[in-house]
Amino acid sequence: MNASLLTGSQTVGPFFSPSLLREGASRNVLTEPATVGERIRIEGRVLDGDGAPVPDAMVEIWQADADGHYNHPADSRPGIDFTGYGRSGTSEDGGYWFETIKPGPVPFDAQQMQAPHVVVTVFSRGLLNHLVTRLYFADEPATDSDPVLGYVPDERRPTLLARRETKGTIAIYRFDIIMQGTGETVFFNL
Amino acid sequence: MSNITIGEIVRGDREIFPPYLYEAYQSTRRRAPTLPLVDVPLTLSELTGPGPAISAVTPEDADLTRNAGTGGEAIGQRIIVAGRVLDDRGNPVSNTLLEIWQANAAGRYLHRRDQWPGPLDPNFLGMGRCLTDGEGVYRFLTIRPGAYPWKNHTNAWRPAHIHFSLFGPSTISRLVTQMYFPGDPLHAIDPIMQSVPMEAARQRLIATYDHNITEPEWALGYHWDIVLRGPYATPFELARLEETIEEVAQ
Repeated sequence: MNASLLTGSQTVGPFFSPSLLREGASRNVLTEPATVGERIRIEGRVLDGDGAPVPDAMVEIWQADADGHYNHPADSRPGIDFTGYGRSGTSEDGGYWFETIKPGPVPFDAQQMQAPHVVVTVFSRGLLNHLVTRLYFADEPATDSDPVLGYVPDERRPTLLARRETKGTIAIYRFDIIMQGTGETVFFNL
Repeated sequence: MSNITIGEIVRGDREIFPPYLYEAYQSTRRRAPTLPLVDVPLTLSELTGPGPAISAVTPEDADLTRNAGTGGEAIGQRIIVAGRVLDDRGNPVSNTLLEIWQANAAGRYLHRRDQWPGPLDPNFLGMGRCLTDGEGVYRFLTIRPGAYPWKNHTNAWRPAHIHFSLFGPSTISRLVTQMYFPGDPLHAIDPIMQSVPMEAARQRLIATYDHNITEPEWALGYHWDIVLRGPYATPFELARLEETIEEVAQ
């Protein structure tokens, strides 16, 4: 066997939810009472090229904790109790949501930090490969100088900015994912 | 059936990963991005991922023939599907989570959107999960899934397959794919399988019958290895990453 040949991607198809979204597998709530950090809710809709909701998508997120630490062996700083992983299905209106905390900045290289961001991955019927993007916080000052956003054409950067709305006591960041067409979300080659 | 690829937008290795827009698979037409994917440098966000943390807390459930909770056993040809999860340098990916789902022996999914008149099996949920061991080896006991019709084109049938979802060690190793069975005449006319551009990469999606995996008087055996991207972090690279993190933190 040629060990260097990667296994190719195939669509999740329409029937993944009983397995990937079963109780214990879906994770809309990333926080526990003891989790440190500003509570936020991330919500949005997944829309197709006709602007129609995608009710059979799955959205996953991956983020650092409030201090900018990932719960991962490659980020071996101690004391991380926040997993930083979420998985949400979409509803009939294409909606997904997470209750989490705002992540801290994480390193880019020895000179620069990255602005707080959340890695967002999208799966659905009709996607032969998943899509990977990033959610940035529109009201975060560091976003403007983020080194990774610098790779994104200026006119497309707004598609990566989640906008803050406040309802009641919790900050809501709205982040729609437009798979195709006008306002198409920037996706990364990952 | 047309094999024409009209999408130019692909992930990294365009011989292995399908294009997003693949005309013959109709659902891609309104869901494929039309603008180029943006190349970005790999950062800590991409070289980490939920795999290690999630794998540590997810319970194993690797026997699909009996996990419906009914006390009964699924109907169908019992099979063992086993293999190794490797990175693209050939190193085993140990203690990593696999999640699978599949149709029953009659080709029917337990899902409200699957309404074709194939019979349901009350003793089969069609979902399972397990972890690789220290050598990257995984093993499921299940039943061989049936083929099923879908409405992509006239008289379209999906070849028998099992869906696999893996995290691996990092964001860039995330993979959702499908495993197929050898000798199935539907392979050549399945747009989803044929969306993988290179023949060798399509062959990689097909398990091999392996008599060494069988259990006498019990189950047939199939072998299927999975190769994930990256993580591109050897101990040396990880040490450098940690130095960088410490420098930034100071």
